[in-house]
Amino acid sequence: MTDTSPLIQMSGVEKQFANGTVAVRDMSLSIQKGEFVSFLGPSGCGKSTALKMVSGLLSVSRGKISVNGHAAGEGGDRNDIGFVFQEATLMPWATVFENVYLPLKLHGMSKAGARPRVEEALAMVGLAKFAKAYPRELSGGMKMRVSIARAMATKPKLLLMDEPFAALDEMTRAKLNDDVLALWEEHKLTVIFVTHSVFESVYLSNRVVVMAARPGRVVHDIPLPGGYPRTAAYRLTAEYAEACRLVSNALEGTLDHAHLNH
Amino acid sequence: MPTSITEPGLPAAAAPTEIDPRILRENRERRMRILLPIGAITLALALWEFLVWFYQVPHYLIPAPSLIAKTLVQDWASLAQSAAFTVKLTLLSLGLAIIGGVALGMIFALSKPVEMALFPFAVILQVTPVIAIAPLILIYVSNTFVALLICAWIVAFFPILSNTVIGLRSADHNLRDMFRLYQATPWQRLRYLLIPSALPYFMAALKIAGGLALIGAVVAEFVAGTAGQNTGLASRILESSFRNEIPRMFAALFLVSLLGVVIFLITSWLSRLVLGHWHESEIKREH
Repeated sequence: MTDTSPLIQMSGVEKQFANGTVAVRDMSLSIQKGEFVSFLGPSGCGKSTALKMVSGLLSVSRGKISVNGHAAGEGGDRNDIGFVFQEATLMPWATVFENVYLPLKLHGMSKAGARPRVEEALAMVGLAKFAKAYPRELSGGMKMRVSIARAMATKPKLLLMDEPFAALDEMTRAKLNDDVLALWEEHKLTVIFVTHSVFESVYLSNRVVVMAARPGRVVHDIPLPGGYPRTAAYRLTAEYAEACRLVSNALEGTLDHAHLNH
Repeated sequence: MPTSITEPGLPAAAAPTEIDPRILRENRERRMRILLPIGAITLALALWEFLVWFYQVPHYLIPAPSLIAKTLVQDWASLAQSAAFTVKLTLLSLGLAIIGGVALGMIFALSKPVEMALFPFAVILQVTPVIAIAPLILIYVSNTFVALLICAWIVAFFPILSNTVIGLRSADHNLRDMFRLYQATPWQRLRYLLIPSALPYFMAALKIAGGLALIGAVVAEFVAGTAGQNTGLASRILESSFRNEIPRMFAALFLVSLLGVVIFLITSWLSRLVLGHWHESEIKREH
């Protein structure tokens, strides 16, 4: 790694909503290319807000965010960002193929021209055979895969995921966690993954940013030493258990603190 | 394809070699859906015929269905002409209501101030009974057909307008965000997100407006009280009532109802055609 300038630089970022709520206060963070970072915290800690500010979907009230050298949401090629929402957020009237094709269509790519890329993205998430199905015909886990395929269709370098698997059952979630890790490794992605699950954040990331609520802020920034590739066996290692304990304690600290504030 | 078994309801279903009991059940259900209403209506008509015959009800009070059918055949020339007039009036007013409602709905959905300024007018048009405005319209508009058209249009217009506005605003917020993320143009947003999201609302409005356009056309004609060649079914009903031709009244009434049913069937079929493959309202569920 010769390029040491961070991919994402947040300095003194604050978000205050029109109703006066301070969702994020004084958040400073730099994220290097290729990192897998989790934003972990209780609800109301501003982790989703922070993610949306990085994507440019929400404006910044104070401070600065730069992504790949540009202010968030401005300039550059926004194809570089893929976003996966909390729900699958598919268009129910369109087939799986049409849903994955959407980002390319919005950029003026013809259907014929986009077909190989859409098919590639669907193959990535193991849904090549379901191109013609409608979202309602799919299970929750499969819908989420379509959503990931859609985010990957533009071949982004940065993947932002907003509690993507919170509504899924444990087994589907574990499987999708492995899939995301595989995508991250294969495509050399940088991932920011918002979650409220300690286990998920520790399993996936090489760095966990722990956030606290009222006002939303970063309280710990914990680098995790564990090496990749990680498989189900990693969940049984002492290293994983130790990392979970460490992150859990950090998270609990934020809850105690929030409790005292009441 | 053994894997397709674990994913029910997908297009990859294996071709049945023997007759699937599911298809048999579906066929039976489809037959019942047609036969049951026909049977019930036939039974009701038979009962009506029998009661009229049994109690010797005079035909100037309640005519038997057979007499109504006979009148329908005898007076077919004048009734068919009137029906054609009512159909023309209804479809034209519905068409104009769709054009006006959708166009204004889009403007409202795009601009909140315009909506706030103009919506009261639409509401006033809607809540004032058409029968109360019709005499005024007939005074101001010299061409009777145009006057009738305006009356029917007023009735059919509002559901289309209000549902189009709600429909265009009902697009999923995350999907909106996604369109923003990928820098969709306003046209792309309208074409690929807002219009498809609005379709279920629009189709529901169309079903209502279709029936309302017919009601508007008939009511307006009653108020106009027009007579002569170029008039609709309402005029036939009025005319028959003056002449005490009760069977003819029933015949004309039958045609009005038939027209309403046909409009309902067509709009329902359209709705299924447009939404059938994705929207909850038109998807059949297995029990």
